[in-house]
Amino acid sequence: MKITQNCSRFLLLVIILGFAMWAVLLPPAAQAKKLNVVTSTTDMAALTQEVGGDKISVESIAKGYQDPHFVEAKPSFLLKLRQADLLISVGLQLEIGWLPPLITQCGNPKIQVGAPGYLDASQFAEILEIPTGTVTRAMGDVHPLGNPHYWLDPDNGRRIARGIANKLAEMDANDSAYFQQQFQDFDKRLTAAEQKWDQEMQPYHGRKVVTYHRSFPNFAKHFDLDVIGYVEPRPGIPPTPSHTIELIQLMKRENCKVVLVEPYFDLKTPQSIGQATGAQVIVYLPSVGGEKQVTNYFQLFDYDIALLIKAFNATK
Amino acid sequence: MFTSITRMSTSFRIGLLAVISLIAAIPAYPQQTGTSQAASGQSDNAALQQKIRDLEDRLIALEGQVRLLKSQAASPTTPSAATTETAAQAVPAAPTTAAPLSQAQAISLGGAGGSAAKALNPDISAIGDFIAVAGHNPVQPSPSLEMHESELGFQAIIDPYARGDFFLSFGEEGVNLEEGYITFTALPAGFVAKVGKMRSAFGKVNTMHNHVLPWVDRPLVTNNLVGGEDGLDDAGVSVEHIIPAPKGIFLEATGQLFRGDSGDAQHPLFRASTKSDVSAVAHLRTYKDITESTNVDIGFSYGRGHNDAGSNFLTQLYGIDATLRWKPLRRSIYHSFVGRGEFIWSQRQQPPFEQRAFGFYTSADYQLGRRWFLGGRYDHSDRSEFANLTDQGASAVLTYWPSEFSQVRGQYRFTHYAGNIDTHELLMQVQFSLGAHGAHPF
Repeated sequence: MKITQNCSRFLLLVIILGFAMWAVLLPPAAQAKKLNVVTSTTDMAALTQEVGGDKISVESIAKGYQDPHFVEAKPSFLLKLRQADLLISVGLQLEIGWLPPLITQCGNPKIQVGAPGYLDASQFAEILEIPTGTVTRAMGDVHPLGNPHYWLDPDNGRRIARGIANKLAEMDANDSAYFQQQFQDFDKRLTAAEQKWDQEMQPYHGRKVVTYHRSFPNFAKHFDLDVIGYVEPRPGIPPTPSHTIELIQLMKRENCKVVLVEPYFDLKTPQSIGQATGAQVIVYLPSVGGEKQVTNYFQLFDYDIALLIKAFNATK
Repeated sequence: MFTSITRMSTSFRIGLLAVISLIAAIPAYPQQTGTSQAASGQSDNAALQQKIRDLEDRLIALEGQVRLLKSQAASPTTPSAATTETAAQAVPAAPTTAAPLSQAQAISLGGAGGSAAKALNPDISAIGDFIAVAGHNPVQPSPSLEMHESELGFQAIIDPYARGDFFLSFGEEGVNLEEGYITFTALPAGFVAKVGKMRSAFGKVNTMHNHVLPWVDRPLVTNNLVGGEDGLDDAGVSVEHIIPAPKGIFLEATGQLFRGDSGDAQHPLFRASTKSDVSAVAHLRTYKDITESTNVDIGFSYGRGHNDAGSNFLTQLYGIDATLRWKPLRRSIYHSFVGRGEFIWSQRQQPPFEQRAFGFYTSADYQLGRRWFLGGRYDHSDRSEFANLTDQGASAVLTYWPSEFSQVRGQYRFTHYAGNIDTHELLMQVQFSLGAHGAHPF
């Protein structure tokens, strides 16, 4: 009896001591000179890269061709978060299904929500589709704080980049002039590109489109397109036959000839809509990295605008 | 806190109003002067447009600040639930009673309204689990229709150093604190510690709440060797740490110390007759991404505690769990596969002599489409107190998800109990979730 008791106490002691030793002997994580930034999505990573230049390293958790609502909270992401100095999220509950548990489990006090190393980028951007009135899940998987797909407007890109540059400058005061300089440079290039994009899209102002998910409002607002409907009957609810029929009728009535689909959705329903209405079905990219050749924020708009123009021209 | 936020939003409102009125005033200006001097008018125009853009930027930045302040007030740290919404329409300083629901009051999830008194309420969720069973089972009888469990969850960030999670489960017989613990997230050297009552880290199924199980029931090995549905769930302390490992391998060690009372009434697993009868659990988890869509998860568990035969009698558990997951990222919402297995050895000291029992389950689940999952499970387990008695079983499961927040499941279960008792059962389950959006299980 005594022996088992002693035994269990001994075991206890060993466990506690083991952990204590660990804490003491563990070499303190080598302080890298570069700020280590982890972002939830590739778009935030691309914007961070623009303003951070070679003074930071940045990595995204989600891939550009992945549905950002349904990223899996893989333990391998914990390894990235453990090393991070700064975590940038899209916010507005886009990552609610997977980012909170990762943050809790990573054991990195620097990036806990509310800590200086946590940045919710939505605070910098113009947010659309903020629900008014009562919000219930009868509306589908609504985001009560507004539409989180806000980065597809170059003006928001500029605002987010400015916010990130300020944050980086705050965290690494020695390089703050560098980050501001990088932002000025990005701003200049973005303004030039924006003029070009605006010009290219000029002839198509007011054109009607349908998108699969509500991931397009900021792009549509900036380039003056009219999103008249969605393939999903409600956000997050897969297409139903009755809704599809209604949508086809609406598209015929409104003479809408373009259906935009995010790369992570099934093309079956959009294609049958395309056949019924004669509309072009195009897989547009909501995020950087959606296709291999789209590696930065500028290429994202280049790609989508070229795609849209081609579709508009083909359906005159 | 409340007053300062109200004051903040009031001053923001004034700021916003000022900016809005400025913007509204600007378009009138070029109309008066524009026509006379075309050349300078144009440059004026450009300058004005720039000015409008700048003002717009400032307005959006202000809106963002207000949004941030409000969401911080609503749930101090998580960007989740129980939040009022945005910018321009600030919270009324005094609650309006008779007036129709104002925007700020109406936009809320999880029961918390717009009033700032409720702003710090935790994220609240409720999950209902209804089960209907057809078929005769003399060994483990289940009621025909049952509101099996109603789980209430309260989750919030406590302070900059910790978060808290409560899960109360209301069964048919009473209320049980399934879990209630504080997690210290800001410990030095990457440690994460939990204190409270929690499901212990022994294997995989033991850590899962009913509503995230891929089946209606729990495997036979859980029932026979690991304390049944309640499982290894006890009050104590847990410390976990990620161990640096080469080649992108994730290695995590967990050590837990509990009072030593686990398992449900029918399946007492550990029983503390004296204060020193504490139980301990250790778990080592290894995880590796093979490709971006495929990963392997292997765990080793050890559990040790005193059983209901008395203080002198130990039960020791050894477990190995393995999970293979596949989910192609581009079609992640349509197709996935999870194969898992858990192998558990139990060594139970009891008079007249020690019982050594072994049990396992293996299962596979394939996602057929966005809403449909098909799965199967094979069960095999000795009984912990009578290791020479072995039960076996097999199940087929079909699950339908109308949305992320509800689930309908059917399970056909065949069990061959020791003593040649064969049972065929059909289990139907409906689960539904209200309130705050929980994390997706992984």
